[in-house]
Amino acid sequence: MNFDFSDEQKQMRDEARKFLSEKCPPKAVREVLDGKAAYDKALWKGLAEMGFLGVAIPEQFGGAGAGHLELCVIAEEMGRALAPVPFSSTVYLAAEAILIAGSDAQKQKWLPKIASGEAIGTLALFEGKGNPSPKAIKLAANGGVLNGVKKPVPDGAIADFAVVAARTGSSGRESDISLFIVDLKSGGVDVKPLTNIDLTRGQAEITFKDAKAEPLGAAGEGWGVITQVLDRAAVLMAFEQVGGADRALEMGRDYALDRIAFGRPIGSFQAVKHMLADMYVSATLARSNCYYGAWALSTNAGELPEAAAAARISATQAFQHCAKNNIQVHGGMGFTWEFDCHMYYRRANAVALGLGSLSYWEDALIDRMRKKNAA
Amino acid sequence: MNFDDTPQEAEFRAVARNWVAANAPKEFEEELSKSSLGRIRLAKHDMVDVGKAWQKKKADGGWACLHWPKEYGGRGATPIERVIWQQEEGVYGKLTQPFQIGEGMCGPTVMAWGTEDAKRRYLPKLASGEEIWCQLFSEPSAGSDVAGLRTRAEKKGDNWVVNGQKIWTSGAHYSDYGLLIARTDPNVPKHKGLTMFFLDMKSPGVEVRPIKQANGMQEFNEVYFTDVVIPDSQRLGAVGEGWSVSLTTLMNERMSIGSRLATGVPELFEFCSNLMLEDGLAIDDPAVRSKLASWAVKASGLKYTSYRAISALSKGERPGPENSIGKLVSGLMLQDIATYAMDLEGAAGSLTGTDEEQANGQFQQMLLSSPSMRIAGGTDEILRNIIAERVLGLPGDIRVDKDVPYNKIPTKGRG
Repeated sequence: MNFDFSDEQKQMRDEARKFLSEKCPPKAVREVLDGKAAYDKALWKGLAEMGFLGVAIPEQFGGAGAGHLELCVIAEEMGRALAPVPFSSTVYLAAEAILIAGSDAQKQKWLPKIASGEAIGTLALFEGKGNPSPKAIKLAANGGVLNGVKKPVPDGAIADFAVVAARTGSSGRESDISLFIVDLKSGGVDVKPLTNIDLTRGQAEITFKDAKAEPLGAAGEGWGVITQVLDRAAVLMAFEQVGGADRALEMGRDYALDRIAFGRPIGSFQAVKHMLADMYVSATLARSNCYYGAWALSTNAGELPEAAAAARISATQAFQHCAKNNIQVHGGMGFTWEFDCHMYYRRANAVALGLGSLSYWEDALIDRMRKKNAA
Repeated sequence: MNFDDTPQEAEFRAVARNWVAANAPKEFEEELSKSSLGRIRLAKHDMVDVGKAWQKKKADGGWACLHWPKEYGGRGATPIERVIWQQEEGVYGKLTQPFQIGEGMCGPTVMAWGTEDAKRRYLPKLASGEEIWCQLFSEPSAGSDVAGLRTRAEKKGDNWVVNGQKIWTSGAHYSDYGLLIARTDPNVPKHKGLTMFFLDMKSPGVEVRPIKQANGMQEFNEVYFTDVVIPDSQRLGAVGEGWSVSLTTLMNERMSIGSRLATGVPELFEFCSNLMLEDGLAIDDPAVRSKLASWAVKASGLKYTSYRAISALSKGERPGPENSIGKLVSGLMLQDIATYAMDLEGAAGSLTGTDEEQANGQFQQMLLSSPSMRIAGGTDEILRNIIAERVLGLPGDIRVDKDVPYNKIPTKGRG
């Protein structure tokens, strides 16, 4: 059994960590946090130059052709650094959707641009409150144009194109849903930025009025693609979450070693030690679930749906747990704007919802476990 | 990343699998497969007798304590081969329960601290199950703080004379030998006045009394020592060095990799899949699903954490301290799951019937037994301290009795 990343993959992780610690220190994240930029353009360019944006995109489409295990290790580092760039929406959502459902021409058109950093992509799925569901999709596609409103769309205000889930039928079944690619810079598209709890990552409302759209994949097969994309993105995002959880735990540990109260480091009090030990436990369980997800993702295993849900739930809980208790360990200082704790707290709670909420994935996991038990 | 054996591992696995297929006591397979939680009992046979027969057969075939050197009754196998063996031994591994304290704790301690004569005399018989060992550490007033123990050993000529009381000794009533830590000098700080011995459990003055536990069962014992004589040749390590010796034992207690910890999740899943509530099956209820999912990912997290440890072993690395989380997570989970399953049964949840209607009474049993899972082998609090100190590098506790002579340490909290 070799349930671990290879030496080459670990080397890539080290490279990514080094690169991000230089190019994406908390100071850089704060530029976006404080509204001075919509995202870190220089970092985005640097990630492209490092080959990180196209790490899982095949060479024939301008990528590095490495694979999804390599993408997992980079995702972890992106989460750890709170990178304020549209990595998840472009790479986990848009690129994966095109890899799964795109024609050769669509792959040739978009994937090289993603790998080079030229094009930012996203997935426009949600239409207001609620979790992923074919029933919730009202935006209509007729005669090659879209009409309707999507919100929230991650990184929608800075994206060049979106994969849009639209209704092409009214039978009440999943086959009513089809996918389209829309150039967001074209006519009939109105983008309005929305504020959200994670100020380092944008969300938007996009209104489509007779917006020209190109079908992605066969008509009526959109929901199947969405499900696959969400499972794949869940694993990748879980690595970001584990990276964030680990960093929050380290921040808490370091502060507990430095901060003196009642004449001793606060990390010598059992109440604080045990809180940090519990953070370690949840981060470790999440990491192990993520490794299984990474294996399933990289081998396209039949276990992927269950593995993805387990990784997603475990990593969501771990990041939320570590981020909130990191603030608690810091005490009052943790509640200041100046300390970085709140940036992790914001990110942890925003990404917990982005691909569907915890309860959505809990429900999915039970369904998938039942299916496996029945088989 | 893969789940495949290396060619050597696959070869070893095939040999082990064939041997188990040809030699295992298949008449007990069904019974052993059923009982997954708590202590194992066989309906018509004594667990120790059946265990001894299996262990002896294994020893003769070279499958007992297989990570030990050959000259001491083992096979000289690598750590990963030991894990593969455990996987292949499967349910029959449950038969080795009477030998686990000996194999996991007493044996390694004798191996590290015993004389060559002692090792050759005692280890092979321990490995083959012909002689069973128990561990005599905990005392009524020394649990987590085991170094605060009171049992006295006094030197009389070439012998030591022991007086005192030990508690929570599993298997004392069927053990042949015991590993005993006792206080040999009460005038120095507590860690410095301890010495390790081993003794014949049939020695005059040793009295074993079963403890009636909170769950109504009797699985552990108290052991009383009244003027028990132990020859100095049965001392392990120097006089006053007992604490260091005990660390060998305790370290081995916490390094049980690849051992499957019960979590209660498969049982709860099955239970919820069949339980009819007012509005339908429990497993279709969103609140039930949410709880079940949260526990399921903990259980899978533990499983894959052990896979990571096995991978480290396979590469010849020493697995990290992440293994210490197993008992911490599973103990509390068992207790919570039992409480929740009973809650779903409503008022009838308190009934301890062992019929199908009561899901064989397994959750009620689990509820009553689970407190011990959070205490034995290191309490939840001690395990969190270990994670905090050894993994995260946080400072150790302030120990107010560290430099105080043992006989000056207060023995009561109030008055």
